[in-house]
Parts: sequence; C-alpha cells; structure tokens
Amino acid sequence: MKSTGQSILRNGTGWLLPALIVLTWEIATRTGLISPNVMAAPSAVAEAFWRLLLSGELVRNIGVSTARALSGFVIGGSIGLIFGLANGLSGLSRNLTDTTLQMVRNIPHLALIPLVILWFGIDEEAKLFLVALGVFFPIYVNTLLGIQSVDPQLVEMGRVYGMSRTTLFFRVILPGALPAIFVGLRYALGIMWLTLIVAETIAASSGLGYMAMQAREFLLIDVVVLSILIYALLGKLADSFARLLERLTLQWHPAFQTA
Amino acid sequence: MSVIALDQKAKVARPVKETAEARALRETSPGQWFPYAAPQTQERDTRENAFSFRGISRKFGDKTVLDNIDLDVPAGQFIAVIGKSGCGKSTLLRLLTGLDKPTSGTLTVNKGTEGENRTRIMFQEPRLLPWAKIAKNVEVGLTGIAKGKEAREKSLAILDEVGLADRAEEWPSVLSGGQRQRVALARALVAHPYILALDEPLGALDALTRIEMQHLLESIWQQQAFTAVLVTHDVAEAVALADRVIVIDHGRIALDLDIPLERPRRHGSPELARLEGKILDTLFGGTD
Repeated sequence: MKSTGQSILRNGTGWLLPALIVLTWEIATRTGLISPNVMAAPSAVAEAFWRLLLSGELVRNIGVSTARALSGFVIGGSIGLIFGLANGLSGLSRNLTDTTLQMVRNIPHLALIPLVILWFGIDEEAKLFLVALGVFFPIYVNTLLGIQSVDPQLVEMGRVYGMSRTTLFFRVILPGALPAIFVGLRYALGIMWLTLIVAETIAASSGLGYMAMQAREFLLIDVVVLSILIYALLGKLADSFARLLERLTLQWHPAFQTA
Repeated sequence: MSVIALDQKAKVARPVKETAEARALRETSPGQWFPYAAPQTQERDTRENAFSFRGISRKFGDKTVLDNIDLDVPAGQFIAVIGKSGCGKSTLLRLLTGLDKPTSGTLTVNKGTEGENRTRIMFQEPRLLPWAKIAKNVEVGLTGIAKGKEAREKSLAILDEVGLADRAEEWPSVLSGGQRQRVALARALVAHPYILALDEPLGALDALTRIEMQHLLESIWQQQAFTAVLVTHDVAEAVALADRVIVIDHGRIALDLDIPLERPRRHGSPELARLEGKILDTLFGGTD
C-alpha cells in the first residue's frame, strides 16, 4: 500500500507545477487580471476544443497537417538515410557528395520559403519540400556519423569469420550505427513539426497552422492557443514514439536495460 | 566423421613421451619435432604440418618486422610465441590467419580434414557483438557453415563446454570480462577449427581468471585436438600451456624450445621455472 502511494506521489509530482500554472491562469483571466484579448482562459480553450471537435474541423486539420508532416518526413528521411549509408560505406561516394551536402546544410531551410513559394505556389509540394529538406540533414549527418563510428575491431572480427558484405552490413555495421541514427531521427521529428508550422502559417489553405491564422483574423484567441497546445502535444507524441522504437531496437544497449 | 579423423591425426602428432630417435632428430634439427618420422628428408611433406613458413618476411615501409622466418608446426601441436612488444609476434599471427600478406616467402597452411580447414583467431578483446545475445554471438563462428536450428544446437553445446550454457539468452554487457572471453573462445571453437590462433587472449584478465582460462583452454585443446598458436608476453603462461615455445626477437626466431613436460603441469614447478629462466635469458640477453 505504502509503495503504491509513494509511486503515485513520485509520478504525480511532475504534474504538480503544470496544474498550478493552469489554475493560476484560469483565476487570472476570470478575475480580469489578464485581458481576454491577450490570453484565453483554459476553460475557454477547452470549450473551443470541444466546439471544433464536434464540427469536425479540428480532426480534419490535424489529419491534413499530420499527413503533410509524415510524408515530408518519409521523403526527406529516406533520402538522408540513403546518402548517409552510401557515404558512410563508400569513400568514393563521400568524396563526391559530402562537400556539397555540407554546404547546403549551412543554408537555413526556412530561408528558402520565398523561393519555394515562387516554385510551387502554396500547394502541397511547397510544404513537402520544406519538411523533407529540414528532415534530411539531421538524418544524413547522424547516419554518416553512426557508420563511421562503428568499432573497426568488430568489422575485422566479422571479416575473419567470413561474413559477406551484406551479412557484415546487417549484422555489424547497421546495428552499430543505430543509436546515432536514432539521435538523428529524434532531431528530425522536432524539425519536422517546426518546419510545418512555419510553412502552414505563411502559406496554406488547410491544416493546423492555417486554422491558427484564420482564428487570428477573427480574433478567436482561444483557437489560437488551442492550435499551439496541439502542436506541443503532437511533438511530444512523435518524440514518445521515437523513444518507444529506440527502446525496442536498442534492448542490448546498457542504457536501455531495465535493472 | 571428420572430427574423428582429426583426433587420430592429433594422437600421432602430439607425443607424450619422447622416443630416442625423436630426441636425436630434434636435437639435430631444432624446431622440427617429428617423433614418428624416422627417415627425415630435407624437403618435408608440408601436409604433415598444420602450417609452415618458408623464408617469410614482412616489411612495413623500411621497417622489417619479420625477417626470413622458417617455421614448421606439426598438426595438433600447442605452440607459444613470445617476444617483447613490437617484435613481430602479432604480425606472425595476422599472416597465419590471412589478415595480412607477407612481403616475401611462402606460407603453407594445411587444408586439414574436410570441413575442418579453418583457421580461427581469438583476439585480446572479446569482440562480441553487443547487440546479439550470447548464443547468437557464438553462432557468428558458424557463418557460412551452419544456419538456424543446427547452428543454435552447436553453439549451445560449445557454450556448455565453456561453462556458460545458462547465459545463452543474455546480452554481452551483463557478463564479466572473463565470461566474455569464454564466449569469444566458444565462438572460435564452434566450427571446430584446424588451427586456433590466440592473440594474447588472456592478457586483459585478472590473475585468477587467467589461470582458470588457461585450464579451460588446455582441456578443450586436449579434447578437440586442434593446432594452437598462442601469442603471449607471459612466459609462465607459455611454458605452462605449450608443447613448444618460440621466442621472436628483432623479427627472427631467437629460440625454439620444446617443453616436454607431462600434463597437467603444476604452476611453479622447478622444471617449469628452469625453462622459464632460459626463455627470459634469451629475451634479455642473459649469460648462458
């Protein structure tokens, strides 16, 4: 009994501060300490959530944004993974492309927004392109780093035991590079949402960012706050998913072993 | 089938007692110990040997690491190679296992009995795949030889022999240094190698674990009858385990000494100490 009580207390303490903040926030808006056109009360945000949920608008916009984010991620991530693997395994490929890629990496991808709008207008391609570009580099850099940091002694061992190149790759090199690839994956997920928010806020006709901008036009501050909260939630969800994947595939790693 | 064949070969090749002819032969041609080969000719049939080096040299740039080495090792022999660091003893092992190629000279490695013509190396570090369970790590030793259920059965059997049958489903990270090295030994042995090259495999272990591993190595060698080549810097270990000790100095064989003592040998016996002293004298240029 005592131990379960303690565990609830331990897990609960993290949520104490957020609860207190929400409570103070609610009281401050109710008493007029904060003007309602500066910040919506939590209850008003919850109300907006319920309203938009019933109208189906919220689900549709979340769906549109998620689809954009994921397809951009898949495109940019797989290209990054392919280049990372190729350049990690082949010196020729690295010599040929790495310098170029490192130069492009130093351009902030969001700086390309004007150009991208000129190229693609405000259609889906523009957002996909930006997300893919943003996601590409963290995956590429970390995959390359992961492969280059695989223990050469293990590779030699694999060769001595007669592993073919394919076997060597799947049994030794890829598992060795996986922890670094996951670091890249989690960075990329963060950049994925960031890019999408900016792209949707600037140029879109649907999606969460569009919803927030529309709400701003009509001074619906509760919807604006709701959009921001949903972004936070989606980001957290993506990160938790990556962590779960990490936990499943890196069981061998001492850092992931439950004592 | 082939295991039995190898056993017979080893029985012949590994003398327990030295005959008078063999002794005479050994003393006239150092490094050659064929107690059964009465009429000895200059051109020896290399198939009797597990491997032979003929005028092997290895240069790295201007530096000569191995200088015109001649060495014959009969099948089933336990040979120890000693030398100061940088004397070329590890290079000798890398040549033997095909990790490196000689600059000049010929290296003949016996094919062995069918299915057993494998040279395996055990490194100073265990070099286990951290992302594979212990049994899977042992199965690496069967790459291209056995798969699936057969590989698993073989690896479990050999794990039992090194005393780790109950750890088959654990990750390498939870094992101690000595246990990891035992897994590495199991991985090297699972395919029944014809030659097992050991590159200071016990160097990183603590003194007690090392003695335990020496006993394990000796008993498995006696059972499986492979040719063992142990590179070490521990003279006591060399004389305790080997049939024959080679001392390498400045890229040449400075001493080729037989250790004709019965097994099991007792650590610290006067006979071992005398041989140990002789080797140390060669290494450090003592008066003899």
